[in-house]
Amino acid sequence: MTVQITSPKFKKNARAALKDAQLQRALGKVEAGFIGKRRAVASRLPEFEVLRDLARDIKDHTLAHLDLYLEAYERRVTEEGGTVHWAATAEDARRIILDICKRREAKTVTKGKSMIAEEIGLNDHLVEHGIAPVETDLGEYIIQLRNEAPSHIIAPAIHLNRDQIEADFRRSHADLPAERNLDEPASLMAEARAVLRAKFLAADVGITGANFLIAETGTSVIVTNEGNGDLTQILPKTHIVLASIEKLVPTLEDVTTILRVLARSATGQEMSVYTTFSTGPRRAGDPDGPEEYHVVILDNGRSSMIGGQFREMLRCIRCGACMNHCPVYGAVGGHAYGWVYPGPMGAVLTPSLIGIDKAGHLPNASTFCGRCEEVCPVRIPLPKLMRYWRDREFERHLSPATVRWGLGLWALFARRPWLYRPATRLAMKTLALFGGRRGRMHWLPLAGGWTRHRDFPVPERDTFQAQWKKHRAEEARKKAQAEAEAVEAGKAGEKAT
Amino acid sequence: MAEVTGPRPRVGLFVTCLVDLIRPKIGFAAAKLLEDAGCTVEVPSQSCCGQPAYNSGDRATTRQMAERVIATFESYDYVVAPSGSCAGMIKLHYPELFAGDAGWQRRADALGARTFELVSFLVDVMKVERVNVIYEGTVTYHDSCSGLRELGIREQPRKLLGSVAGLTVAEMKDADVCCGFGGTFCVKYPEISNAIVEKKAENIVATGAPMLLAGDLGCLMNMAGKLQRMRKAVAVRHVAEMLAGMAREPAIGEPPKTGGA
Ligand code: SF4
Repeated sequence: MTVQITSPKFKKNARAALKDAQLQRALGKVEAGFIGKRRAVASRLPEFEVLRDLARDIKDHTLAHLDLYLEAYERRVTEEGGTVHWAATAEDARRIILDICKRREAKTVTKGKSMIAEEIGLNDHLVEHGIAPVETDLGEYIIQLRNEAPSHIIAPAIHLNRDQIEADFRRSHADLPAERNLDEPASLMAEARAVLRAKFLAADVGITGANFLIAETGTSVIVTNEGNGDLTQILPKTHIVLASIEKLVPTLEDVTTILRVLARSATGQEMSVYTTFSTGPRRAGDPDGPEEYHVVILDNGRSSMIGGQFREMLRCIRCGACMNHCPVYGAVGGHAYGWVYPGPMGAVLTPSLIGIDKAGHLPNASTFCGRCEEVCPVRIPLPKLMRYWRDREFERHLSPATVRWGLGLWALFARRPWLYRPATRLAMKTLALFGGRRGRMHWLPLAGGWTRHRDFPVPERDTFQAQWKKHRAEEARKKAQAEAEAVEAGKAGEKAT
Repeated sequence: MAEVTGPRPRVGLFVTCLVDLIRPKIGFAAAKLLEDAGCTVEVPSQSCCGQPAYNSGDRATTRQMAERVIATFESYDYVVAPSGSCAGMIKLHYPELFAGDAGWQRRADALGARTFELVSFLVDVMKVERVNVIYEGTVTYHDSCSGLRELGIREQPRKLLGSVAGLTVAEMKDADVCCGFGGTFCVKYPEISNAIVEKKAENIVATGAPMLLAGDLGCLMNMAGKLQRMRKAVAVRHVAEMLAGMAREPAIGEPPKTGGA
């Protein structure tokens, strides 16, 4: 389920999403839940914009010296008694994790929320090998029950309504009394908690993602609101952190800076409820913690982005603000994008990871309204990066033929004003005739995409450039006439005196 | 009215393809506003800024068009366009387009620095404080994306609209959210574009204002087309038409006046 790619069918997905009344209702929550809260919390912090600059600079600096920081990080993790594993590909990461689980004879694995686990299709892989993964983040748990992929990077079940979730719980928790009341979101939460508690205690391995890896201390950091991540990484005997290379940050101090923009941008909170730092396995005298501590660091194509046009995308801290503010995401939701990462960040990152031939629609399905860039806490110029993908598609002749021909025809004229002016004049006059005395048209040849949903105004009878010329000539004529008359009047005056 | 000191600045009016072809009125409104502000207006022979090609990934064609625009307009004191989107293209994207080509980049930078969107040019450069227009009524104003986010145009149109005697501006919910036009986006992804403009139309209608204004004809045509398809009686016009005292002319998509009406 998780790594199935439907991005090539984006248009079809989008059409289905627009017709899905249930989904459309759920998408209303994105606006209500995120946008206003972010605005309010950002406006309460005078240094917010400065912090965004700092966050950007920290990430840029780290990326420029990533090799050094990765080495330093590995050294520190090892010193603390943990093990770092390097995974060049998704397959490597799956194998490494499976090996650890097998060695620990794991039957159940609890999981904190991790987009990288989605990226590598970890759950399916574990299931295939007889290991039961249990998602412990409420949203992830719900979509696991439904065998669905997340539709948002921080709110995986945002596409669902409460009644759908209630039905899922009644179906999946069949051993609980049927007459129990699940009307309130809080009661759903309580039920999930109770069900998960037993699983936490039974788990042999806990797998979490990481929001940051700190080179200075060898620490992994997770940011959550439910506390499930803490139980996932503390209770089992083995803790595996799964993260990608761009999660590196040099120092603790740097993390505290970025944390100040992360939750504000993501959920509009000043801080998330839990910010958990873990460094190495349990030491003698520690009250809790795992016996083994592993970090699997995934590349999966990212290192090749460092030297290229899409480097800035690696600053992303996965806050989700870009999708919350995206009109396209708001209209079609996350599943339409067809892979793990939706919205503007997905439109840039997905082609890098699965190929532009498969993800070609994503960077095109944007109005370039720029709201994503406006809110991105690390100031990633998302529209510019999407345009870079469009350049590549054009170069590689991947853009649709109709677009290329249409553009070619238009360019033929637009490049030659001497041809453009008479041709467009003729076209607009024809269109005006075609439109007749009505002000607008309900149908227009070759513009079905427009007129299926809206009217098109009938142009004025002549182009501006042609009208302007006439207007100027008329003005000049009037001026000359007035002057001539003045001269005449002067002469007459002379005669009279 | 702005005080004119020294010679009148020579403004090359970059009228934009859509205004040239679909609604020349806006060009005349722009010319009037510029002349009233103390500029000399000229309209050199022109076609397009190249944005459709640029946003479709066709850099070679974009460059050819951009070179022509630069050559045509670089002799003017200012280039002014009644569109945040086209002004933004020349001002911000041309320099990026020519990055690495020193000669052209210098010319692109120089032109970019003198290129402005109409209303922000009037307020920020020509220091226009008010217009001499009377219009009894209520309008709502949509902030087009490029103007708002690339050029920071937000207060300028509201300031000048505030000086129209009798006019009230009723702000809509999410005035700063995209209308779904997006240039070629609206024909490449018509259903998504439609869903976005539908929301926008609802927000416009909810203000109760009988007129919608904005600064970009693409967005205006999109919103007007949707409102008309929804049979909503909202007249849609470019903000320049209101500021130039031309708001009694037929609105976008309305039939031309006949007889002496
Ligand atoms: S691109 Fe920016 S806004 Fe989007 S998820 Fe990443 S950090 Fe957040």
